Amino acid sequence: MKILVCISVVPDTTTKITFTDSDTTFNKAGVQFIVNPYDELAVTRALEIAEANNGSVTIVHVGEADSEPSIRKALSMGANEAIRINAIPVDAQFVAEEIAKIAEGYDLILTGRESIDYNGGAVCGLLGALLNIPSINVVTKIDYNGGNFTFDRDIDGGRETLTCAGPLVASAQKDLCEPRIPNMRGIMAARTKPLQIIEASVSNQAANYQSYSLPAPKGSVKLIDADNAGELINILKNEVKVI
Amino acid sequence: MSIVVFAESSENQFKKSTFEAISYAKEIGTLMSKEVVAVNISSIANSAELGKYGASKVLNCSNTDGFTADSTSEIFASICKQIGASVVIVSNSYVGKSLAPRIAVSLNASLATNVISVPDLSNGFTVKRGVFSGKAFAFVNLNRDIKVLAITPNSFEINANGSDCATESVSVNASPSKISINAINKVTGKIPLTEAELVVSAGRGMKGPENWHMIEELADLIGAATACSKPVSDMGWRPHSEHVGQTGITIKPNLYIAIGISGAIQHLAGVSSSKTIVAINKDPEAPFFKSADYGIVGDAFEILPKLIHALKN
Ligand SMILES: Cc1cc2nc3c(=O)[nH]c(=O)nc-3n(C[C@H](O)[C@H](O)[C@H](O)COP(=O)(O)OP(=O)(O)OC[C@H]3O[C@@H](n4cnc5c(N)ncnc54)[C@H](O)[C@@H]3O)c2cc1C
Ligand SMILES: Nc1ncnc2c1ncn2[C@@H]1O[C@H](COP(=O)(O)O)[C@@H](O)[C@H]1O
Repeated sequence: MKILVCISVVPDTTTKITFTDSDTTFNKAGVQFIVNPYDELAVTRALEIAEANNGSVTIVHVGEADSEPSIRKALSMGANEAIRINAIPVDAQFVAEEIAKIAEGYDLILTGRESIDYNGGAVCGLLGALLNIPSINVVTKIDYNGGNFTFDRDIDGGRETLTCAGPLVASAQKDLCEPRIPNMRGIMAARTKPLQIIEASVSNQAANYQSYSLPAPKGSVKLIDADNAGELINILKNEVKVI
Repeated sequence: MSIVVFAESSENQFKKSTFEAISYAKEIGTLMSKEVVAVNISSIANSAELGKYGASKVLNCSNTDGFTADSTSEIFASICKQIGASVVIVSNSYVGKSLAPRIAVSLNASLATNVISVPDLSNGFTVKRGVFSGKAFAFVNLNRDIKVLAITPNSFEINANGSDCATESVSVNASPSKISINAINKVTGKIPLTEAELVVSAGRGMKGPENWHMIEELADLIGAATACSKPVSDMGWRPHSEHVGQTGITIKPNLYIAIGISGAIQHLAGVSSSKTIVAINKDPEAPFFKSADYGIVGDAFEILPKLIHALKN
């Protein structure tokens, strides 16, 4: 069982987002970067399945050298090896096209449900189509019975249970597992695990990020007296006209 | 060449987000002088009503096998190719986000998900999309000839000025899906959170799941969906499908009422695009009050009965 897990490296969830160069570039100053939270779940579940089936887990990341601490973190969780495709990850299509070139020969490929920075939720489906294999989005459960994989996945207003044989790609959603915390032995071992660096080669970029903006700031809150809470209903009905 | 919309449906009815997508497509169609074709891959036979929202024609492709990413997108891509799609629109829903990337690859198109406005065509094709979980927006230029857009529910007004349109049936030979659906568990009759116009949400301040009947009663009275903060779903007080925020669902309703939720940055990330925000919290220093339009400082257990009472009268 060979498993490939795609990880993106994103600003910590508490980051206050700002931009520089006339709003054309995300301001990295003082920002702490982490492994995308959904991707940590993907790594953890991949390791559990690989450990139970005598398999191996490879990590792939499209990014620059400054994301190596996050790649090492995935290795310290227990992954066997990693590949970094050296490029600025501009958008989901670029990332997926780069990953597709190294993604043949795996029984299972996992991504996160979405990256919490660019929120495309697209890499899973893109990889599925590029590799011509099934893609299964937002999975909350993955089991392997020796032949097929079974999944639970979120759908609008509910959940669906599916079966599919590999190779396939699936995207990890909360509830899949508890993220594994690296232990000391894992951290030591990760230092010497193989990390291969490949240069990016996709040229025909599908999208260019041109500029960014922030939501308009809210005016100050209008407080309603707690003793007269029913007044809120009146305001929502007659002033805001939403109910 | 035309603007093609995937007419998403659920339980044999087109979704509200489909009407939004068609209204949106109509606006692009007018800008680009192209007609709008809706594609209905479902078991719904009567689809002429989609004309009201701006479709010139609906192509019905009868499908009783249900939705699977591989096979449904193969069918849809093949229809898009037949009719020469130049822009393909889906909703930014679970279904739409499973389809859009696969369609983009099949059509060698540029893809943008989370799109929240009509493209700017003055210099290429530039869309505005939500990034950083609602904390910012990006303006993205799509370079390839064909574009696939997934548009965020509640970002675009429904425009129902048209009338019923022509429908045609099409059949497509697609390979059977490699994915088999074993079971579907859906809460029927409830508004999906991502599409809800009104949302009542509650946090740890509600003390325990046994107190949620008040949240549900308030939601029912105004026809809202219910949501919750992350700890509430982590503790199993509420299903995780209700969890909103940076690591949950991002929503954009017209009204978001937050009860007993502190307003942590990760929570706000998922809800701050809501048009009107009401915070109810006993702590006057709760950060939510800085992001709210209306606020009540007080105990939820005293305020909720007052709101329910006011609605009943
Ligand atoms: C990586 C990461 C990702 C995260 N993602 C998310 C996310 O997606 N969504 C999310 O919600 N959180 C997320 N969080 C958690 C977030 O930081 C907060 O911890 C969480 O939102 C707090 O939930 P809460 O407001 O329900 O609870 P608390 O912070 O405990 O706040 C409870 C509030 O209720 C008020 N209260 C108490 N009793 C009453 C009463 N009787 N009447 C009225 N008010 C009362 C209190 O004053 C307080 O403000 C994330 C955290 C991390 C680290
Ligand atoms: N730069 C990247 N390198 C490797 N994997 C990535 C990268 N960006 C995104 N992914 C993967 O694709 C998933 C979805 O990302 P996105 O489509 O950008 O929301 C993430 O959770 C990752 O698993």
